[in-house]
Amino acid sequence: MPTMNFAEAIRDALRIEMERDPNVYLIGEDVGTFGNVFGVTKGLIDQFGEKRVRDTPITESAIIGAAVGSAACGLRPVAEIMYIDFIGVALDQLYNQAAKMRYMFGGKITIPMVLRSACGAGRGSAAQHSQSLEAWFMHVPGLRVVMPSTPADAKGLLITAIRDDNPVVFLEHKLLYNTKGEVPEGEYTIPFGQADIKREGKDVTVVATARMVHYALNAAEKLAADGIDVEIVDPRTLSPLDEDTILDSVKKTHKLVIVHEEVKFAGSGAEIAAMVAEKAFDYLDGPILRVAAPFCPVPFAPSLETEFIPSEEKIIEGVKTVVQG
Amino acid sequence: MPIPKKKMIEMYTTMMKIRMFETKVSELFAANKIPGVVHLYIGEEAVATGVCATLRDTDYITSTHRGHGHLLAKGGDVKLMLAEVFGKKTGYCKGKGGSMHIADIDLGILGANGIVGGGPPLAAGAALAAQYKGTDGVAVCFFGDGASNQGTTHEAMNLAACWKLPVVFVNENNMYGLSSCALNTMCVADVADRAAAFGIPGVVVDGNDVIAVYEAAVEAVKRARKGQGPTLLECKTYRHRGHTEGDPGTAYRSKEEIEEWKKKDPIPRFEKRLLQGKVLTKQTMESILTTIANELAAGEQFAEESPYPETSDLTTDVYVD
Repeated sequence: MPTMNFAEAIRDALRIEMERDPNVYLIGEDVGTFGNVFGVTKGLIDQFGEKRVRDTPITESAIIGAAVGSAACGLRPVAEIMYIDFIGVALDQLYNQAAKMRYMFGGKITIPMVLRSACGAGRGSAAQHSQSLEAWFMHVPGLRVVMPSTPADAKGLLITAIRDDNPVVFLEHKLLYNTKGEVPEGEYTIPFGQADIKREGKDVTVVATARMVHYALNAAEKLAADGIDVEIVDPRTLSPLDEDTILDSVKKTHKLVIVHEEVKFAGSGAEIAAMVAEKAFDYLDGPILRVAAPFCPVPFAPSLETEFIPSEEKIIEGVKTVVQG
Repeated sequence: MPIPKKKMIEMYTTMMKIRMFETKVSELFAANKIPGVVHLYIGEEAVATGVCATLRDTDYITSTHRGHGHLLAKGGDVKLMLAEVFGKKTGYCKGKGGSMHIADIDLGILGANGIVGGGPPLAAGAALAAQYKGTDGVAVCFFGDGASNQGTTHEAMNLAACWKLPVVFVNENNMYGLSSCALNTMCVADVADRAAAFGIPGVVVDGNDVIAVYEAAVEAVKRARKGQGPTLLECKTYRHRGHTEGDPGTAYRSKEEIEEWKKKDPIPRFEKRLLQGKVLTKQTMESILTTIANELAAGEQFAEESPYPETSDLTTDVYVD
């Protein structure tokens, strides 16, 4: 199986789908000649031309709106918002138009579009280029929310996203782009709503997303030395959420820690914790614990940004708190 | 080129259908038969009629919160529209959308829209689809003077201009965004002046003259079909009713102003022209009106007798499974 990095895996998925379906096209800022600010779409314009790899003005509302309108009329756009932080100026087109059109129109329209965007902190990009906003999108009926953690997952989930007939928000943590992993060749899909157990364990369940999956895996190795056997569940899609896999894991371990890079308050972990409390309270040995960012904007100074992002140490501490009661 | 007689009659029928539909909705709303709010198009009929008379079924439109006229002019079904406005299961959207969210993708109607300025980017997208597929289809974006101040509108026009998208931005300048007069909300004389900012033609027409609207729309649509890009077509008009039913529209508009505009009502003007040009007689007009009245009565009955959606319908149609 070939090894590639996360960005290459995404490009591989885009190329496969563009070769397969002439109605798939890319639209966004600097996705063409420049190949995206992280190099994700590099070379695609050479293969597919300007018609299908469309550089836009700086115009987020029009990017998303053009994607929505063209999707309603039979195309399958993959739109890009350079940083998810930029979604604010264009949110209406996503949450009031794309997400609601099918319902408002009584199920008589489909909006098969993907919105890709880079998220996450860790590059010193400060408050408006570093956020994790997945909870915003989870809160909107009509949207799918995908958050991969590995190159192989990114590729399979993106192919699924492009073939899905719903609007999909596909969130790519920017510090994962250079991470490597084995990626199957050719086309394959990973169903939405199917979590992946990234590490099996019996003592405690850790639900983690995106970059935090890797932090949790490292923490788990260290905890193993202390005799704590951690199971790590990566939901991969936050909407739909694979409740069963999370619940089954909790029923086995009786302990739950949730790790995400979003702020803790009203983050995706709040939904997961509430869901487990509603459906598996009797299986829990003690309180659910969340390891997440504090309730402040993403800071600039390296000392502050490092403190903002949940660390392996904090995950270890959280797991120990839960395990030791 | 003179407008064919058949087209003139078609436009008269459409205008009257809109006027009578809206009058019916007004009555039904007053009788508490319609939930929520309705924004009526009375007084602005010439705009939707003149523009949509230049379109094909395969062309697209995006509409607004004041959308009934656009939908009817694009071929919307009276029965399904009324049922939707009533919130009935048999309506266009199974009762899930209501007056502000009626769509019919088969007729190229990408929906009325509850968000002012929500439609222009969608219209650019529909036009992009037509250009991408290599058809000569066009998209028409109806939007008001209020929406002309929204960033989404400017973004859509700029993108459409850059890519020469086959879209016509039809501004219905009825002078008011709810209570705010356009004189206080923009610092150019005409919305069409803003076309210069995007390097596209900006055209102003009397939006209460259906022939003027039609002729200007023919040019703009032709230009779009030929791949020459978008046009901003501003139609000066006026709403006779308030912003919504229940708003008399007099707190922010003088009685004199309202009366002045009622004298410019597009319908008597067109009737006079049709009679003088011997396109229609009073008698043939009467028979057109009778046909419309019958259609509306049947639609009303259908809407009244139709069931509301079941509670089990609440969470369906959110996703494609």
